[in-house]
Order: sequence, then C-alpha cells, then structure tokens
Amino acid sequence: MEKTRLELFRGTLDILILKSLIWGPLHGYAITSLIRRQSGDALLVEEGTLYPALWRLESKGFMEAEWGLSENNRKAKYYSLTSAGRRYLRAESKTWEAYAQAVAKVLGATQPPAEETP
Amino acid sequence: MKKIPMWRRHDRILGPDPKADVKAELRFHIDCKTEDLIARGWLPEAARTEAERQFGNLLAVEQAGERLGEHMERRRRVHEYYAESVQDARYTLRTLRNNPTFATIAILVLAFGAGLNAAVFSVVNTMLLRPLPFPQSHQLVWFTGGKSFDAKVRAAGGLSAETYTVDVLREFQRSNRSFQDVTAFQTFYNSLQYKLTSPGEPRQLDAVEVAGNFFPTLGVTPVLGRNFTNEETLKGGRPAAMLSYYFWKTQFGADPNIVGKTIDISTSPAAVNGPVTIVGVLPASFDFGAVFAPGKKVDLFVPAVMDFWKTWGNTLAVVGRLKPGVTAAQAQDEADLLFPELKLQHKDWFYDYASDLTTLKDHVAGKLQRSLLVLWSAVGLILLIVSVNLSNLQLSRAAARSKEFAMRRALGASRGRIVRQLLTESLILSLSGAVVGFAIAWAIVYYLAHQNSIALPLLTTIHLDVAALSWTLVIAIAVGILFGLAPALRISGANIQEVIKDNAAGLAAGRSHERFRSALVISELALACLLMVGAGLLLRSFLRVLDVDLGFDPSHAAAMQTDLPPATNNDQLVQRANFLKSEIDRVAALPGVQSVGIADMLPLDRNREWGLQSVGRYHAKDADGGALVYLATPGYLEAMGMRLVAGRDFAWSDSPEKQPVLIINQAAARREWPGEDPIGKLAYATGKIPDRIIGIIDDVHESSLEQNSSPEIYVPMTQNNDVEGATLIVRSRIDPAGLAGSVLATLRSLNPSQPATALRPLRSLVDHSVSLRRFLVLLVSIFATLGALLAALGIYGVISYSVTQKTQEIGVRMALGASARRVQRDVLAKTLRLAMVGIALGTVGSLGAARLIASLLFATSPWDPIAFAAMATSLTAIALLSGYFPARRASKIQPMDALRSN
Repeated sequence: MEKTRLELFRGTLDILILKSLIWGPLHGYAITSLIRRQSGDALLVEEGTLYPALWRLESKGFMEAEWGLSENNRKAKYYSLTSAGRRYLRAESKTWEAYAQAVAKVLGATQPPAEETP
Repeated sequence: MKKIPMWRRHDRILGPDPKADVKAELRFHIDCKTEDLIARGWLPEAARTEAERQFGNLLAVEQAGERLGEHMERRRRVHEYYAESVQDARYTLRTLRNNPTFATIAILVLAFGAGLNAAVFSVVNTMLLRPLPFPQSHQLVWFTGGKSFDAKVRAAGGLSAETYTVDVLREFQRSNRSFQDVTAFQTFYNSLQYKLTSPGEPRQLDAVEVAGNFFPTLGVTPVLGRNFTNEETLKGGRPAAMLSYYFWKTQFGADPNIVGKTIDISTSPAAVNGPVTIVGVLPASFDFGAVFAPGKKVDLFVPAVMDFWKTWGNTLAVVGRLKPGVTAAQAQDEADLLFPELKLQHKDWFYDYASDLTTLKDHVAGKLQRSLLVLWSAVGLILLIVSVNLSNLQLSRAAARSKEFAMRRALGASRGRIVRQLLTESLILSLSGAVVGFAIAWAIVYYLAHQNSIALPLLTTIHLDVAALSWTLVIAIAVGILFGLAPALRISGANIQEVIKDNAAGLAAGRSHERFRSALVISELALACLLMVGAGLLLRSFLRVLDVDLGFDPSHAAAMQTDLPPATNNDQLVQRANFLKSEIDRVAALPGVQSVGIADMLPLDRNREWGLQSVGRYHAKDADGGALVYLATPGYLEAMGMRLVAGRDFAWSDSPEKQPVLIINQAAARREWPGEDPIGKLAYATGKIPDRIIGIIDDVHESSLEQNSSPEIYVPMTQNNDVEGATLIVRSRIDPAGLAGSVLATLRSLNPSQPATALRPLRSLVDHSVSLRRFLVLLVSIFATLGALLAALGIYGVISYSVTQKTQEIGVRMALGASARRVQRDVLAKTLRLAMVGIALGTVGSLGAARLIASLLFATSPWDPIAFAAMATSLTAIALLSGYFPARRASKIQPMDALRSN
C-alpha cells in the first residue's frame, strides 16, 4: 500500500476539499476517495489532517454539514458547499493556477532571464 | 445522500451534542475504510486494525473536533439569541407604535421615577458620597472649639465658642505631631469692611482673610500667578490679594494679564488703604462659599495679618491637614492631651480650647446626612411606586393580549421565550424612560445649582456626571426587569387551553389576575401613604418653624451695608455718632420710610460673644458668663421690630463720657438677675467700668429659628467703637425693594465713597436660615404628590379594567333591574375597599417609619394626628375620584349592548 505521497501545501487541501464537493454533498470518507481517484492515486489525504480541515471550513461558513444516510444505510455527516464556499473556491483556484504556472515557468526555463531594462 | 427517516432522528432529542457528532463521524470513516479493505480481501480483524493504524492519532483528532464543535455551537447560540433579540425588539416597537397612549404613559412615568432619582442621587453624591474638591481631602480636619463646655453654653457662645485666637493657632501649629500643617481663616468677615474704590465706582467686596498657608494646606493652586509670600502676610508688608475665579471673570473680564496689576481697596477700620497688588487667581473648582460658608460668594482673598489679629479674641476658624497615615481619631487623641497642656503654659487663654476634630467632609455635610437620606428614601419609594404602577399597566395590557400569547405558546414558543419577549418590551420602555428621565434630571440639577437662596453646602457644585448617568441606567434596567418580570411570569404561566377558550369574564385565571392587580394597587397606595405622611410631618414642622416668634419682624424691612468712619478715640467716636445720626435722619426722611437704625450684626447671621456678669452676685468660676453682643444705634430696635418690654431704647445723648449703658434680652435677665428687675442694675460687659442696664427686650432668635434664644447684650454704638461693620436697617410702609435707589443715593450724598451694595430684605435672613428645611419640604412634597398621582393612576387602571371585564355581568344585573346608581355605587365601594386596605397598611407602616424622621421634625410629634388624618382623607378622596370615572362608565352600560357583544 506504500505509495509516493505528495505533501500538500497548506491551503491546497482546503481547495481540494471544496472542489470535491462541487458535484454534490459528500461525507468525509467519500471526499478522500474522490481526491485519491481524481488525482490518479497521487494524492492521499491523511485522516489526521482531513477532519480538522473539514471542521475548520465548516466553522468558517464555506461548507454546511447535515446528517444523512449513506449508500450502506448508515448515518453519516454530509458536507455541502455554501455560496461563500463556492466564491472562495473560485478565487483560490485562480490564485493557485497562477502560482502553478509561475512555478512551472521557472522550473521549465532553459536559459537565464534577459537583463532587466530600467 | 438520503434524508434520515423520521424514526432515526431522535438521538439528538435533548439538543445538539458536538462530542457525539465527532465520534460518530470518525467511526463512520473507519468503518468505511474497514469495509473497503475487506472487499479487497483483508480479514475483518486485520482490516479494522489496519484502518485504525492508517488513521493515526484518533484521540487527538477527536479532541480537536470537540473543541471546534463546541466553539461553533456557542457561536450558533449567540447568533440565534441575537437574532431573536432583534426580532423581539422589532416586535416591541411595532406593538408600542400601535398603542402610543400606553407607551407615552409608561415612558413618562418611568422618566419621572428615573429622573428624580438621578437628580437626588447627584445631590447625595456631591454632598455625601464624593470627596470634597481638594486633593487627598480625607486628610483635612476641621477644628471646633468649646468641647469642654456643655451643649447649651456652647450653642449660646455662637461662633466665638468654636473659633480660636492667633496665639492658640500658633501654639498648636508648633506643638502638634499629627498634622502636616494647620491653617486658618478669619471668620468675622465683616470686621474689616473691604471696599473696591478703583477701578469703577466704589463697591463692597466680599473678602475673606486667610492665613498665608491656607491654599497650600488645602491643596489649591492658583490658575494664574502665585500664593501669598511670607512677606505679604506680615504687618506692614506689601498689600496683596488673590481673586476668586468668579470675581476675576465678572469684574475683570477674565483678563489674562491681571497678575501684578493693582486695585484700590479701602477697609474700615483702616488696615489697608490704597493700592493692593493682585498676585493670583484661584481655580474655578475652588468655591470657598460652597465648602465653608454656604450661600456666600467670595470676591477676593487677602492675607490675614496675624500680628494685627493677635490682640483680638476668638476669630479664627482652623483647618488642618493630617500627615499621611494619621487618622482623625489619632489627631483627636493628641488634641485632647495637647490643648489642656498648652492651657497650663498660657494662663492668659480664655479657656482650654478643648476641641472636636472632625473630617472637613463631616463638618460640611454631617448635618445634612439625615435630610439627604430621607430624600433618598423618598425617591426610592417613588421608584417602587413607579415599578408597581408599570407592572400594573403591563399586566392589564398583557391581559388583553393573553390570547395572542396563548396562541404563540400553542404554536411552539417556549415559556422562556415569551418571558424574554415581555422583558425586552419592558427594557425598551425603561431605557426610553431613562433617556427622558436624564433630561428631567438635568433640568432639576441645573435649577438647584442656580438656586442661590438655598444655602446648602456644595449645592452650587452639583452637576450630572458619569456616576449619575450610570445610576439612572442601573435604575431604569432594574425597574425594567422588576416591572416586566412579574407580569411576564404570570401571563406565560397561564393555562393555554383555558385562555384560548376563555371568552367570558370571571374565569379562574381572570380572578387570580385581578387579585394580583389589586395587591399591586394596595401596595402602591401604602407606599404613597408613607410619602404623604412624611411630607405632611415635614410640612407641619416647617409651618411651625415659620410660626416661631422671631423676636423681630422681618417683613417690610431691609438691610444695607454702610461705611463707618474710623474711630479710635472718644472724639472720633462722637464724630462717628454724628455721622451715623445724620445718615439715619436723612434716610428716615425718605417718603415711605418708617424707622431706621444701624447695627453691626443682624440676628440669624453671624454673631460673637463677650462676657456678661451682673455686679454684686456670686459667679461660680466655671459658670457660663457669655453673651452674644450686638452694637446698635438708637432706633435700631424699632427698625428691626424688636420689642422693648421694659426700660428705654438708646439715645443719641448716650455719649462716650457718660455712664455706659446696655440693653439685654430676657434670656440674659433670667440668667443674671433671676427673679429681679434688672433695670438700673450694673453688670460687667464692655470693659472695666460696669454698664448700667437701661432696657430689656423680648428674646430674639439669633442663631436659628429652631433653637432657644441665648443671652444677648446690645451696646450703643455711640459709646463703643468695637464694631463688626455696620448695617443700616430700613423699615418702610411700602415694599423696601423700591427704596434701594433712594437709600443708596442718600448715603452717597453724605459719603461719596459709600459702596454700591444691595438692599437685602430681612426676610432673606429668615429664608437663609430655613432653606434646608424648605428644600426638604419642597422636594418631599413634590415626591408625595407624584406618589399620590401614580397611585391614582394605578387605581384607575385596575377599576377601569375590572369594569371592562365585567361588562356582561353588569349588563345582566341591569337587565334584572339593578339601577345605574346601584351599579355605580358598587364600583365605588370596591374602589373604597382597595383604598381602605392600602391606607390601613400604609398607616401602620408610616407609624414605624415616622420615628426615623423624628429628629428632623420641629415641635411636631412623629405621630401627629393631623398629618395622618390629612393623608388618609386626601388619599381616600384621590382614590374615590379615580374610581369615579370607571364607575360612571359602568353605570352607562346598556344592558342589551352588553349582552349582545358576546
């Protein structure tokens, strides 16, 4: 079961969780498996960090929680996006993409940058 | 996600439980994982272990979850509470808008309750609670001499028995260990008459002579300039003066460059004549009159030249500042030892000067304590009546709304929720009341602070401050809760079903409701009784005081300060007498003037004491030999309306070379010549040569209306030069106020430097003397009236409500033949029953409470039947009047309408 685990940058987990809820309410276990499957088993979210993150997001008002029945007919706590969460997700994804592009540019560079002209 | 079916929703029936939620959520996660692993071929046991291992520190996560969960739960609750409160507030405003009469009455009633309380609190706070306006004022101690005399002698001695000589002050200053410093001011303010001669036209100044260390000891620093230097306090030193802030503002237009300028001042007898340098201006916060001489406005302070006063008798009032850590009691102990010791070293002292040392605060406010506490309790009673009244109003309104509340409860509102809503209503009302009440308090305080005729210490310094503001708020909120809670609990506790069904009057809930309201009205009446009895007793005392035979007649007479030419030898004394005679003759010739005379001091004003010993009678060594002394001209007794019971008045022919003569009062006659006729007898009073008694007058109330007269002697100004200023008394047929201009002009024509002073009606002396009593009576009467009005409002409310409730019943009775008059009589009888119970309870309470104010009464028993009877009659009348309107309404009920209405 040992897989290379990518350390998640702080803040990245939050948007991953919010993103996973975009298709509908999910419980905590479903969120981990969704992220795992979506990333092609590259990203494994540890339970020890997942739940505190979930509760934090809930208390900030980005998600709402409600008890419901799971596929196997058991009571589970379902999280769903609030409109504040949706807005936050949109803004954060943009920032993240810009950040990723910038990092990719630097790492993919083949020659030093041109001399800056004042 | 599927919805949880109904039957599975009940595990949180006792409210949210964040801890269990966290546990359930995490267990669900581990279960899911275990199932996944089993699906992948793990054995169930191993799968669970693996799932738990992968999770890591389950407990830590759980704890974090619990913390967050509790936090969220709390926030949610606060949020909900807030939202509900806003809802309640909105709802309240809406209902109050729909019922503006109720809202207005409630707010006004509350405003009066809170406003009066805040105003009285400001007075009490200024006079009793707050420290005096000096730094470390608790260290300041006031000295009252005459401790070794018995109370009667002490009272008879007047100011002279309480003050000190320069020598005593100096010796005490030198020998004591308790005080940082001891200082003094000269209490016989008028011994030297200060007159401003330039700039401007001559005017009398109110000057106080203070020791050089007076201001530093009190801790008062001038806002401009400096304190007196040592050189300025010595005989022959450069004349200097400090201005009071008030005088600097009014006379010099707050000139910032005043220090160093000179003003021309003359005094008589001449101690200063010519330019006096202004060396400083005192701060606005220092009001000499407010602390030491209520009602007095001081213009300037000059150094008391101790070498000048050294030869005089007891003239200094002494104040000391204790060393840090020394208590007033310790200082008292030291003084008790020190004064007798000093007396042994100084054989020439008048007596041992044993003194009572009290904190300055007690000296200033001590006498007021009881009066102010009575006032405070009276406004407290008003406040109680206010809350009872509001309870009643709220209850009658709530009764009308009982269906609404029952409906809300039936729809799921909890009892607590309804109580909260009613409390919100009360609080909104009481806070609005507080705002209006604060305005009322401000007006009252402003009025009191500008009332110069009320000679109460510190009264001029009262103002509304943060303390008063908080007090108003505290009171408003307390009243809000008090008057909101009882009705709220009663209403919300009512049986829902019954209320919803209840459409006829006379059900059990309605009855108990009415009983409760009757109890409220009865207590209101009883409280009003207390107030009215108190007011009645105080009013009776006040009238008794005003009825006191003063021994002089203050109506149609007025006083004006006048100049005295200096007189140090007999020739000058004759000249002075001639001058005074021409003044008196000229003024007496004015149209409307009946009689005129001059004396140095007036009754009910300041006084001084000399000795009086009849010749040829044995006087025990420690017997009281003092008598209050007044220097007067011929005609003074007549002008004052004092009654000569034997002998003759002074004559202008009583010249310095002739036999010195005296007029005494009956108290002096009784003491020195018991059972004899003193006329023609001799006594030692003014000097080495015995004086001959030529007249006896009826006793005059010289120090207070409420104390018996002390022995007095009147000395002719034509024979004695030891005067304390001069005051001209004018008795006229018309109102003396109209004479001011012509009297002043006449005096000016004889003496161009006669200062401009007011013609003060003699009545003002009496007013000044009774001002505390007047103040108390006025306020307590206002409170009592207000209390009675509120009680009337309460009765009206209850009776009117019960008539409304019984409309149907009354209709039936009228249909069965009861006459309108009969119905009216029944309603009035019910009112009367309430009133009687209330008054009976109130009377019993008053009998006990009256004892508490016994010490404030004058010639009136605390169980004065007239006061009690007046209270009972007026309250009964008020009750019947307020029951009359509902009774009339009841008698106008049309039986058919009443029966149909339901």
